Amino acid sequence: MPDPSLSDLYAAMRRIRSFEERVGELFVRGGSAGSMLHLSIGEEAVAAVCLLMQNGDSFTTHHRGHGICIARGGDPSRMMAEIAGKKDGYCGGKGGSMHIADMKLGSLGANAIVGGGIPHSVGAAYAYRQEKSKRVAVAFFGDGAMQQGILYESMNMAALWKLPVVFACINNEYGMGTHISRAAAKLDFVARARSFGLAAAEADGADVEKTLAAAKPLLAGARKGQPALLVINCYRFFGHARMDKSPYRDEEEERKGRKRDPLARARAKLAKQGKAQAAKLADLDERIASEMDEAVEAAIAGSHPAAKELFTGVYDRQAEQPEPQRERLARILAES
Amino acid sequence: MSETTCREALGKALADAMAEDEKVVVLGEEVGVYGGAYGVTRGMIDRFGAERVIDTPISEPGIVGTAVGMALEGLRPVAELMYVDFLAMAMDQLANQAAKIRYMFGGATSVPLVLRTQGGTGRSAAAQHSQSLEAWGAHVPGLRVALPATVNDCYHLLRDAIRQPDPVLFIEHKGLYVSKGELGRKADAPWGRAHVCREGSDLTIISYSRMLHYALEAAAMLAENGIEAEVINLRTLNPLDEETIAASVRKTHRAMVATEAALSFGPSAEIAARLQEACFDHLEEPVLRVAGEDVPIPVAPNLERASIPDPQLIFEAACLLLRRGPRPAWI
Repeated sequence: MPDPSLSDLYAAMRRIRSFEERVGELFVRGGSAGSMLHLSIGEEAVAAVCLLMQNGDSFTTHHRGHGICIARGGDPSRMMAEIAGKKDGYCGGKGGSMHIADMKLGSLGANAIVGGGIPHSVGAAYAYRQEKSKRVAVAFFGDGAMQQGILYESMNMAALWKLPVVFACINNEYGMGTHISRAAAKLDFVARARSFGLAAAEADGADVEKTLAAAKPLLAGARKGQPALLVINCYRFFGHARMDKSPYRDEEEERKGRKRDPLARARAKLAKQGKAQAAKLADLDERIASEMDEAVEAAIAGSHPAAKELFTGVYDRQAEQPEPQRERLARILAES
Repeated sequence: MSETTCREALGKALADAMAEDEKVVVLGEEVGVYGGAYGVTRGMIDRFGAERVIDTPISEPGIVGTAVGMALEGLRPVAELMYVDFLAMAMDQLANQAAKIRYMFGGATSVPLVLRTQGGTGRSAAAQHSQSLEAWGAHVPGLRVALPATVNDCYHLLRDAIRQPDPVLFIEHKGLYVSKGELGRKADAPWGRAHVCREGSDLTIISYSRMLHYALEAAAMLAENGIEAEVINLRTLNPLDEETIAASVRKTHRAMVATEAALSFGPSAEIAARLQEACFDHLEEPVLRVAGEDVPIPVAPNLERASIPDPQLIFEAACLLLRRGPRPAWI
């Protein structure tokens, strides 16, 4: 399979950025289900890992996982509908921004427990090895999860059993409002992973081509049973969630941080290739913008799930779903 | 019919499930080379290989989390936690992950895993290795909870658990592994249904796990005093077979729930509440709960024994409920 081109990477990153901007818009217009919306603007270079993944590969993500889902082929309309808590969303409006999942897409789910999804990728990788396939499981998470015990249990098991799994840490420097330097005494995450027997590399997340170059051998190695950690160093352009105005960091830091923009860099490099390319980029940007606009409008116009959906999907069999409380009360009071 | 132990019946259930379906894998601490802390998986690594009988590091969250991922991608993992007390470490993966995934992902995604573990008192294993924590699982929507009491349960309930499309917390009792019984060809009841072990007309005693045997002993003592107790083995707390227990109480008009789990906010409270709702007009007396004392489990054998009900207490409480039989010294 040929490597994704810079144009491919740009397009994927543009889609992420545009989608996330529309999520912000959805919130401002009152269309989102709640404000627990974690945008990945500034972290788009993760698209390099997503585009290196193949059909059949799976992934788990953290709560800030919209971009990963988009870059793996997620449908922006179904994602936006889910974020709005609407019935046409990926989870029928029952999961929301932090739980978008689609097994057909290889998405084993976004997770709202820091580190919660990481061992699922290890278990999935075990299943791929059992079926003797070449599939790879990628666990995406933030730097906050680098301080969670479950990550190290997972790394140890992956290395012990030589599983096809890549741990992809998107280090945006902040766990909510706490800078990484206030969360860990030693920041050499690559050394941590290597001490477990993993292959490991860091990538400059401001440069999607460098991220691609760092990720490629790790994914190839994982496919052969050498698990790996990739740390993508980037900067979270905005607050933790929509209500967070980042009072814990100063404007100067944010101004500098937002210069580490993988999308702007890729665009500038592509635009240098001539006027025809520049025109193509403008056209692409516009097409993506209108696609995302449509996703927002459809999400706002869509319907919430029917009331009966409260009681579906708790268990596999429809006949075994919980008895609605009013029905239970009516039954008891009718009999007494 | 043949006489066997709970340990052997559990091992046979696992082995038969693995032989029947190559997707079934067993993972946990000491399940392979060691043969299981209580010997349930003895010999299985030789028969099925280390890739299907997987020795794990001491990483409880990792064990359960890995099992979730396996289940998502088509395997049928039977994970083992050596003691139910260790659930405290793995609870995120069980309650926030395994139990939630189907619902929060929109209903289509199954996590068919079984988490086998064991609990209860009887070996002076003290406060962190003796608890009865089934309520922790039963309070989480999306999670099935099964507790075998008999040899027949150990085999058939575990086989049924492995066939479930939903995650199952399967809690054995450490005091039952060597107990013997008949292993029949069929389960005493279908999955999710309780089993009426002993018929009677004077009161209904509802129990499960090892406490069922104490209830049956008490029933024998009651019979000597002319009191016929109906004894029900719940087998699963989720699903909870309200129909069977309510039908019995409508017949006997008196009910007692006997559990090893501590009294407060425990399974006995939930069952008693359901019975008073379902059978209010049929009850002659309050639904009694005979349960574990609200204390951590102590190591001294006399204190440990005193921390949970015994057959004598069930017997005495039943006599008081019926105002028949000998009057206990403590009243």
